[in-house]
Amino acid sequence: MGDEISPLAKVATTQMLVRWAGASGDFVPLHYDEAFARSQGLPGVIIHGALQRQWLVQLVTDWIGGEGILRKFSCQYRAVDFPRPMKTLTEPQQGDTWWCKGRVTAKHAENATHYLDCEVRVENGKGEVTTSGKATVILLSRLS
Amino acid sequence: MPLPKEITDLIGKVIVSTIYEVEEGAIARFAEAVDDPNPLYWDEAHARESRHGSIIAPPGFFGWPVKRSGEPEDRFLLLPALAKAGYSRILDGGIEWEFFSPVRAGDRLKVETTLKNIVERSGKTGKTVFMIRETKYTREDGEMVATERHTTIHPAS
Repeated sequence: MGDEISPLAKVATTQMLVRWAGASGDFVPLHYDEAFARSQGLPGVIIHGALQRQWLVQLVTDWIGGEGILRKFSCQYRAVDFPRPMKTLTEPQQGDTWWCKGRVTAKHAENATHYLDCEVRVENGKGEVTTSGKATVILLSRLS
Repeated sequence: MPLPKEITDLIGKVIVSTIYEVEEGAIARFAEAVDDPNPLYWDEAHARESRHGSIIAPPGFFGWPVKRSGEPEDRFLLLPALAKAGYSRILDGGIEWEFFSPVRAGDRLKVETTLKNIVERSGKTGKTVFMIRETKYTREDGEMVATERHTTIHPAS
């Protein structure tokens, strides 16, 4: 396990936002109602912060696999992002790809349990960080 | 206008106390919505061979995707009261979690949310309310599953 976390690519589509609304129970219309989003001064529907949060959770759980436990996680939302519209029933239009990235910032041990502290972030197609957070994982392989 | 007493009286009080029944299908739909293909969340045979021994939910699987029972949730109390006070917008201010044990399909989680604080602040763009809610998720035998601190931001409408 290196100090850089293997990046994870994500493509947010309007279809993904609808799936997330249903799966998470976030029915704020900013995320699926174009006219409502415009009435709030936005150019279109925006991606749920909590969806990007779960991308970052996946970034960490993919990275640690079966060898680690996600012990703490936190994040904040810094800017809004806009999903790709759909081109066909299943394919999105060309557009942004989001990259989830992270790195290890500290290693420490308490009572023979080994922890890694990490910084994680979502970068949009322009390279802007729109969600950022922290995670602490336990390395099972080093449990004694 | 200061926040109404019906809201500030709730500071420090438990505002949600309910049971979440975690359904296997809800876990699969949650992972699918994230485009997270991890078989621990849907493949029983794979999950059985893992150190978890059964299907688990992704860390962060809390809230809606489980069947609720018990008392009405705070959104029916706090959000309308805030809207009446001139704060009908809501932004997610971020989350802090501690995870102690994975959530499993079939779990019945006791969920208790406390209104930690709610304050009104004046800034350049007008007044904004910051609300902090803390939630404890426990199994019925008392084992702590996770704690959560969630901030929401409510700009004056």
